[in-house]
Amino acid sequence: MSGDGEAAAWARASHAAALFAVDPLGSGVSLRAPPGPARDAWLALLRDYLPSGAPMRRAPLAISDDRLLGGLDLPATLRAGRPVAETGLLAQADGGVLLLTMAERLGGATAARIAAALDAGEIELARDGLSARQQARIGVVALDEGHDDDERPPTALLDRLAFHLDLAEVSHRAAVKARCTSAAEVAAARARLPSVIAPTKAIEALVAAAARLGIDSLRAPLLALRVARASCALRGADVIDDEDLAVAACLALAPRATCAPPIEESEVPPEEAGDEPGPAKNDADPKNDNAQPREAPAPDDLVVAAARSAIPADVLARLATTARTRAPAARGGKSGAALVSARRGRPLGARRGALREGRLCLIETLRAAAPWQPLRRAHAADDAGLAVRVRADDFRVTRFRERRETTAIFVVDASGSSAMQRLGEVKGAIELLLADCYVRRDSVALVAFRGKSAEILLPPTRSLARAKRLLAALPGGGGTPLALGLDAAGALAESVRRKGQTPLLILLTDGRGNIDRKGAPDRAKALDDALDAARRLRAPGLAALAIDSSPAAAARADAPTRKIAEAMNGRYLKMPFADAATLSQAVRAAAPAP
Amino acid sequence: MSPLPVKLSRTTTRAIEARRTQAEGALAAQNFSPPDSLAPFPFTAIVGQDDMKLAFVIAAIDPSVGGVLVFGDRGTGKSTAVRALARLLPPMRSVVGCAYNCDPAATAALCDGCKKRAAQGGLKTTLRAAPVVDLPLGATEDRVVGALDLERALTQGEKSFEPGLLAKANRGFLYIDEANLLEDHLVDLLLDVAASGENVVEREGLSVRHPARFVLIGSGNPEEGELRPQLLDRFGLAVDVKTPTDIPVRIEVVRRRDAFERDPARFAKAWSVEEHKLRRRIATGRERLGAVQAPDEALEKAARLCVALGADGLRGELTLLRAARALASFEGVERVGDAQLRRVAPFALGHRLRRNPLDDIGSATRVARAIEEIFSA
Repeated sequence: MSGDGEAAAWARASHAAALFAVDPLGSGVSLRAPPGPARDAWLALLRDYLPSGAPMRRAPLAISDDRLLGGLDLPATLRAGRPVAETGLLAQADGGVLLLTMAERLGGATAARIAAALDAGEIELARDGLSARQQARIGVVALDEGHDDDERPPTALLDRLAFHLDLAEVSHRAAVKARCTSAAEVAAARARLPSVIAPTKAIEALVAAAARLGIDSLRAPLLALRVARASCALRGADVIDDEDLAVAACLALAPRATCAPPIEESEVPPEEAGDEPGPAKNDADPKNDNAQPREAPAPDDLVVAAARSAIPADVLARLATTARTRAPAARGGKSGAALVSARRGRPLGARRGALREGRLCLIETLRAAAPWQPLRRAHAADDAGLAVRVRADDFRVTRFRERRETTAIFVVDASGSSAMQRLGEVKGAIELLLADCYVRRDSVALVAFRGKSAEILLPPTRSLARAKRLLAALPGGGGTPLALGLDAAGALAESVRRKGQTPLLILLTDGRGNIDRKGAPDRAKALDDALDAARRLRAPGLAALAIDSSPAAAARADAPTRKIAEAMNGRYLKMPFADAATLSQAVRAAAPAP
Repeated sequence: MSPLPVKLSRTTTRAIEARRTQAEGALAAQNFSPPDSLAPFPFTAIVGQDDMKLAFVIAAIDPSVGGVLVFGDRGTGKSTAVRALARLLPPMRSVVGCAYNCDPAATAALCDGCKKRAAQGGLKTTLRAAPVVDLPLGATEDRVVGALDLERALTQGEKSFEPGLLAKANRGFLYIDEANLLEDHLVDLLLDVAASGENVVEREGLSVRHPARFVLIGSGNPEEGELRPQLLDRFGLAVDVKTPTDIPVRIEVVRRRDAFERDPARFAKAWSVEEHKLRRRIATGRERLGAVQAPDEALEKAARLCVALGADGLRGELTLLRAARALASFEGVERVGDAQLRRVAPFALGHRLRRNPLDDIGSATRVARAIEEIFSA
C-alpha cells in the first residue's frame, strides 16, 4: 500500500475510533491487524476517546464461562461460609469496552454469549447454584489477527459490530500522525447524541444502499444509522445529512459488501474518490448538491458511491467478477466436524458424570465437593475422620473434542461420452487426490455410474491401493445416468455421516447426463433429475467439489457441471489443470481441516 | 444424561419437604419478581415475519401444540418476538407461595407442597403473569433442574431444594436462544421434561419431583450448526425465518427499531392499542378453544395430507389439527376448515418429512405441492 493509502486507512480508522467512542454500548469494532504498534496506537486512541473511568477489559481467547459470565467464587465462598458470586468479565466491562484477543479463533459458543450481552445489555446468570441478573452494557472490540478471508471472527459477532476496520497494511509511521478529533469533542458529541434527528430519507438511503451492496443482514443498516448519528453529533449538527451518511457507508456498509454496486453515470468516479479518506472527501459533495439540485444524485446513490470509494480496488474487482454469492453455507463442514468424545482429542472442560463416561478431573471434583464439606461433616453418621468427603455427585469427568475423520467419496462418470475423451485423465486426477487422502488419513469410497445404473464400487475404506486397482480396471462406455450417480453418492454420504465421519464428495463428470432417474434415455429430463439430485446433496456439513472433464467446459459459462456444482453448493473446477498442485489445493479448500 | 442414583430414606425426604414449604414464600419473592420495567419491543410492531408471529400466537392459545422452533437468518427478530410474547399472554391463576406456579383448578397436577396445603385447608390463589423464561447461555444443569440450596446448606447446614428454571417456567414458556449451541446433555434433559411434563431431580442427596409443563421455544441459525433430527421433530411447529428482501419492508424495520431505541417508553405507548387488541384476541381464543369443532372432513384432509407427505407418526396429524383449531379459535371461526389447515400445514409438517433429511429447501415446496393437490381436489 502506498504512503497515501496508509494515511487514508489510518485516518479512517481513527475517525472510526472517535465515532465508536461517541456511542460505544451495544456496538463494536472488528479490528483486523497484527499485534504491533499500529494496533496499539489505535487502542490507545480509543482509550483516550472513551470517558475516563470507563472499563476496558481484555478477554483471553480460551475464556471459561466462569470468567466470562461469572460463577461461584470458591475461595471466597469457603472463607465466608456462604456462597459468594464471582463477577464475570462481561459484567465487569459494564459501561465500557470488552477487548477480544485473537477474535478470529473465537468459538461459536463464546461468541454467542458475548452477542447475547451486546443485545440485551445485561447477562442472566444461572450457574453453580447462583441466579442473578447483572448489567453488562458493553461495546466490543474484536482484535482479529487472521491472515486470509477464511479466518474471521464468528459471523454472529461480526454481524453486531458496526465498524469493520483493517489496519493490516498500516505501519506505525502512519499511525503517529496528528489526530483529527480531540477527546473533548468526542465527549461533547456524546452529550449531543440523544438530540440528533434522523430524517426518514436518511434511513431510506442507508437501507437502499445496503441492499445494493448485497448486504443481507438488517443489522447492517441499523448499525450504519447509529454511525451516521454519531457522525452528526461529532460534527456538532442536529440533523443527519449526506456527509454523515457517506461516513456511515464507508465505515459500516462498505466492509460488508458482497457485490459491487453497478456504476452509474451520476456517480463520482471511484479513482477520484478513492484516494481520500471518507470523512474528508465529502467536502465537495454537499456544495454540489446545493448548487445544482436538479443534477444531484439520489441519496442512496451518494451513499453507495461513498461505500464504493472505501472498498479497496482489488476487493471491488473480485466482488464484480463473482456473481452475488451468499455467505458460505457449508461452513459447518469446518466448524461442525468435531465430535465430543469421552477419551480422546482436545479437552473441552469438565462436567458432572459417572466415572465410566470419561476421565476423572480431580481438581473439578474437589472443587465441586468443597462447598459441601461442613454440611457433610455435620450430617455424617460415621466418624471416619475423612479429610474430604467426596460423593458420587461430585464426580466431574473431562470431555474431549475429537476431530472427525473425513471420507472422500469419488463419484466417477464412466460413461461413453466421458470415457472416450477423458477417462484416462480422470483416473490420473483421482490418483493425485488419493495421494492427498493418504496424507490426510482420509478414508475413500468409489461410486461409478455408466449405462443405466450407478454402483458403489468400493465402500469407505482406508485401503487406497484397492481404490487404485479398482479404478485402473474401471471399464468405460454407455449412457450417463448422472442423477442415479448423485443419488447413490448421497445415500453413501448419509451413511458415512451416521457413522460420525465427515463426507467429502468429489464428482468427476462431463455433465452430459442423458439417462434420467428411471433409466430412460431423455437428455432434458436427465439434466433436471441431475440438478434435483444435486440439490438434495446441499446440506450444511457436506462439502462437495465438481470437476468438469468436458473439453468444451473452458469456453462455456453455463456448462451443466457448473450448474450441478452450484446446485449442490459445492466448488467447481475445470479439468485441464495447470498442474497437480491446483487440484490438490482445491480439494484441500473444500475438505474440512484435518 | 440421567441423574445419578442417590437413594434417600423416607424420613429425610419428608424433612426436606417440610423445610421447603417454609422456604417457599421467600423463594417466590426472590425468583418471581415481576419482569423488569424495561419495556421490550412490542410484538405487534415486528414487521412481517407473519409465520413466526402466528406460530407463537397458536402456541399461546393452545400450549399443547408442543413447542415452536424458529430457525433462520440473523437479525430477523426471533428473540425480540419471544421476549415480547410475555406481554401478550393472559395472566394465570396460581397458588400463593408455590414455587411451581401450580394451577389451583388442576387438582391432579398439583405439586406435593400444594397437595399438602390443599389437604390442610384450601389454597390461597392469586393472578400472576404467565412466565416466559429465558434459558441463558452457559446455564449449568443445577440451575436448570434445580439443586440443593447452597446458601442454606453452607450457612445453616440444611438441605433444601432450590427450584431451577424448569420450575419457574411451569405453565409458561421456556425459550432457548441458539438451541444448536446448547450442550447435548442439557438439550436431552429439556426434551425429556417437556415431553413428560414433570421434572425429576435426583441429585446431591435430594429426591424431588415437580410439575414442569411448558411450551419449549427454540431458535437458532443454521450457520452455527445443524439441529439433531431427534430435536427437530420434538417441536410441534417449526418456522423458517428469512430476512426480508423487499426494500420498503426493510426500511420500515429499521425505522421502527430506531424509533424504539430512541425512546422505548414512547414507542411502547404508541403500540399499546395494538398490543391490547392482540392480547384480547389471544385471551378469547383460549376461552373459545374448547368450543371449536373439527369436522370429519377436516380430520380426513389432515390425514390425507400427512399420508401424501409421508410425515410419519401420528404426532404430525395431531399437531396439525391442534394448530388448525387454535387458529380457528383465534380467527373467531367455529369449525376448522380448509383455510386453517392450509395455513398451518407448512409449519406443522414441514420439519417432519422423513424421506429426504438432507433436503431442506425441497420440504417447503413439497408441502406446498401436497396442499395444492389435496385442497384443490
